[in-house]
Amino acid sequence: MPTTYLEAIRAGLWEEMERDPNVFLLGEDIGAYGGAFKVTAGFFEHFGAKRVVDTPISESAIVGAAIGAGLMGLRPVAEMQFADFISCGFDQIVNFAAKCRYRWGAAVPMVVRAPSGGGIHGGPFHSQNPEMWFVRTPGLKVVAPSTAYDAKGLIKSAIRDNDPVIFFEHKGLYRKIKEELPVGEYTVPIGKAKVAREGTDLSIITYGAMVWVALEAAEKLAEEGASVEVVDLRTLVPLDRETVCASAKKTGKVLLLHEDTRTGGMAGELAATITESVWDYLDGPIVRVTAPDTPVPYSPPLEEAFLPNAAKVIEKALWLWKY
Amino acid sequence: MSAIQAIRPDQPDQRTAEAALAHQCLYYMLMMRELEDRIERKLYRQGKIVGGVYVGRGQEAIPVGTALLSGSDDVMLPSHRDLAVFLVRGVSPGRILAQYMARVGGLTRGRDGNMHMGDMKHGIVAIISALAATVPVAAGVAMALRYQGRNGVVFSYFGDGSTSRGDWHEGVNLASVQKLPVVFICNNNQYAYSTPLGLQMACANVADRGPAYNMPADIVDGNDVLAVHKATQRAVEHARSGKGPYMLECKTFRMTGHSANDAAHYVPKGLFDEWGKLDPITRLEAHMIAENWANRAELDQRHADVRKEVDDAVEWAEASPFPDPSTLLDDVYESQ
Repeated sequence: MPTTYLEAIRAGLWEEMERDPNVFLLGEDIGAYGGAFKVTAGFFEHFGAKRVVDTPISESAIVGAAIGAGLMGLRPVAEMQFADFISCGFDQIVNFAAKCRYRWGAAVPMVVRAPSGGGIHGGPFHSQNPEMWFVRTPGLKVVAPSTAYDAKGLIKSAIRDNDPVIFFEHKGLYRKIKEELPVGEYTVPIGKAKVAREGTDLSIITYGAMVWVALEAAEKLAEEGASVEVVDLRTLVPLDRETVCASAKKTGKVLLLHEDTRTGGMAGELAATITESVWDYLDGPIVRVTAPDTPVPYSPPLEEAFLPNAAKVIEKALWLWKY
Repeated sequence: MSAIQAIRPDQPDQRTAEAALAHQCLYYMLMMRELEDRIERKLYRQGKIVGGVYVGRGQEAIPVGTALLSGSDDVMLPSHRDLAVFLVRGVSPGRILAQYMARVGGLTRGRDGNMHMGDMKHGIVAIISALAATVPVAAGVAMALRYQGRNGVVFSYFGDGSTSRGDWHEGVNLASVQKLPVVFICNNNQYAYSTPLGLQMACANVADRGPAYNMPADIVDGNDVLAVHKATQRAVEHARSGKGPYMLECKTFRMTGHSANDAAHYVPKGLFDEWGKLDPITRLEAHMIAENWANRAELDQRHADVRKEVDDAVEWAEASPFPDPSTLLDDVYESQ
């Protein structure tokens, strides 16, 4: 039976809760209701109110309470109903959780699950990709899986990690993708990118739902004769510079792709990293395909224009390939 | 560690438990006062403390009277005018001074200053500058204590200004809804930096906020350490017995500016004089003499002993090195 991306996260959470009695969940509507997206459906019935805590609508308290529990040696997994609402718990994450270890040596094992991303006509407050607020905060780890396999393996690693991890799960992938998962226990290490498709002419470096856009574009570009490599970052912090730079060095041409808006996006950091490390191997300018610097619009024609897609990637990739 | 400290062997009077408690309270209040005087009026002016200094002069009764009731399973989240919490929990004066002086011997090894420190071994969570951020964290610590089947209580400290922040309300609400074992302790010193209470909240008392959370909230004379202690007993008992959180509003007055470089011109002069007469140390000493628990000569000796202890602590802190710049990148993550 193929497992969807959503079911993979659910399975990862479930296995970790069975494995470690210190793991518990807290968030809005996650108990009897099973969560807005039903990621935690069935958990309340099985694990009970002690380990599946329905909270008031208080993101600051959800994250703060997770920090307090983490400081005490528990392994809380806090759900933001939508990643967009994480701004309500921002101070707790970036000023409290992120700095405890550096300041006073206190570990805060904590996962904040953040269902992110557009393409679901969610509008400005149910579609955002706020990963960069956290990528640029030292002390946090940031994960953004693209496959069901990685989603399960990374949620398990995130729960076992002794630092706070922000786990971006793309809502658009929840029920859209599925694959056969291995029977039994496995994890995916935090901090390791993956070459999702091998190629020699051009690298598309991306993460999250855009991996699928990159793969679709690569397939079509192959018909034009271009051999495109796709690198799936999987983790944004710590960044796997080695895999990123190895791919850039190998193909000499780099297209950076993300669903997040352009300015201050991950692409800028990647471009600087590649330039600093493997400049001599580049055969063309580093190009970006990203969402524009606007809020995420609601109306389908606007949202379609906002989101990167295969056609936009192909256009830029062809230009770069022929450069 | 045991926060209920053994009565010091050199105590002159152990005739009654109350006398012993008074002596214990006096020791910690004197130590906090002397340390903060040294920090604010000497080390800071000498340039030996490079960053912010926020003292709790006049407010010593609150951290002392409350923290003396904390036990080994209890967890403290002191705010920035609660220095005595650290002393009661067994953090040495030398380490506190080293913290202010940005030395390796401080609790944050030079990564942070002043009261921004904690150590889970002592059951103390470090505050961050955005006050009230510790209130939701206190709720989480209490959730963990209950989850772990421990009988601990969380002591969550904050000022009057903190109660204007959303974090405060979210944390108190969560604690109330979940009936968590938290004692919320408000240091109502009537000024948040330069902002007086009347511009901070529309209710007369912080305790007035309690009923909105179905939480008992008592107003306490925050300059009477024995009254604070007594009220805390009641609050801790309530929280420990599973009845949910309890709030104590300790009325006091900030006998300084907000920080060492704030002369507090905005505070009507008369208020300092008025509250100066209610100094918690002077009041406790008068009470002790009146009850015949001590005489003046004994108390003067206590002052001298504390001064000597702080002299030694300053020496220890000054001997502690500054952090090596090569450690700059360490400990951002568990492994890097």
